[in-house]
Amino acid sequence: MADITLTIDGKTCKAKPGQSIVDAAKENGIYIPVLCNYEGLKPAGTCRICTVRVGGRFMAACTTPVGEGMIVESGTPDIEDMRKAIVEMLFVEGNHMCPCCEKSGNCELQALGYRYQMLVPRFPYLWPASQVDASTPKIFLDKNRCVQCLRCVRGAVTPDGKHVFGLLNRGDRTAIAIDHALASKMTDEMAQKAMDSCPVGAILRKEVGYVVPIGMRKFDSKPIGSDIGQ
Amino acid sequence: MSKPVVATASLAGCFGCHMSVLDIDDRILQLIDLVEFNKSPVDDIKTFTKTCDIGIIEGGCCNSENVENLKEFRKHCKILISLGECAIMGGLPAMRNGIPVKECMEEAYYNCPTIDKNDPKIMPNDDELPMILDRVYPLHEIVKIDYYLPGCPPRADLIWEALVALITGKELSLPYEVLKFD
Ligand code: SF4
Ligand code: SF4
Ligand code: SF4
Repeated sequence: MADITLTIDGKTCKAKPGQSIVDAAKENGIYIPVLCNYEGLKPAGTCRICTVRVGGRFMAACTTPVGEGMIVESGTPDIEDMRKAIVEMLFVEGNHMCPCCEKSGNCELQALGYRYQMLVPRFPYLWPASQVDASTPKIFLDKNRCVQCLRCVRGAVTPDGKHVFGLLNRGDRTAIAIDHALASKMTDEMAQKAMDSCPVGAILRKEVGYVVPIGMRKFDSKPIGSDIGQ
Repeated sequence: MSKPVVATASLAGCFGCHMSVLDIDDRILQLIDLVEFNKSPVDDIKTFTKTCDIGIIEGGCCNSENVENLKEFRKHCKILISLGECAIMGGLPAMRNGIPVKECMEEAYYNCPTIDKNDPKIMPNDDELPMILDRVYPLHEIVKIDYYLPGCPPRADLIWEALVALITGKELSLPYEVLKFD
């Protein structure tokens, strides 16, 4: 099928039919921030960080396919401030003690905080009562830091199709949970994969930690998205 | 023109943020030229002797004394800055938020591993001791805060640039490397 032409923030972009706006933007050197979207996983559209405006309406750029002649607004001050507000909301909705978090420096939520120069969240901290589940042999599941992106739910699946992670409850009581029987059979590779796919420090491997020194971590000197575009 | 007057305090903090102020290295000599210190651990002045232009506070509020101190600072300082993660969001002390105070105290004074099980159980209760709060509060939940400098501790360059910007009125630039939450 022929390429699709659309504009993102005034720039003419070529995309393939069926491609999401996020992926099309990426191929055209434009960074649209994502938190729940992850390469190789079906887009879920849970975090809304990638919100863009198309024809005056807000949509999630990770779940919206490109269309011919589409005019996408992404980096406008109002949209960027809305994204910043989402980042701030995620910070206050969890218990994020970055100074003592193993993921610090490699964390995508924190990196978005840096990108948006979050000095203090505009919302009050909620201090939810969350627990750390350390009962499985390979990983810690620190629910204090979970942003409910569902990357682990979608990604950590056994060869016979069973999900290692899942969500419990609904609304503001939604919480991530782990299937202990399945998790007890996790290999080191599966644990590493789950940890790598988690954007925050909610899934951490046991017996390894703080491997990369401060200064050399992923987002110590390069903002998130700088490998894609401005 | 007289020099701007600066006051600082550490509330529920570890003094690491104050250490980071000292970490501006030889610029400390320029700082002495630029400002005059009033109440602060830096010069050991214990009480306010005048109205200050800038108050810098590290640490959140975990007890009644922190709250009194903070209110005192708000009263005497024209501009108040939250310095560091503890001041901004409670920081590591706030890890107790969500755990009942009774449980925390019992863990610290009755049940922790370094307490001999045969010793009498004593909960500190001297009148001199400030009351512990139900949770640790970020400063801006108690008084109005004008500026926030994140980091644990905030990078010395961030503190320096922010102070110079405030004093000279020049715009503050925030290079990527200096704005960190750890
Ligand atoms: S998960 Fe990220 S944002 Fe949360 S405490 Fe860890 S580093 Fe900070
Ligand atoms: S544990 Fe991590 S990957 Fe799983 S939903 Fe929470 S933040 Fe996302
Ligand atoms: S922010 Fe960090 S350095 Fe500053 S008082 Fe708190 S723990 Fe100490």
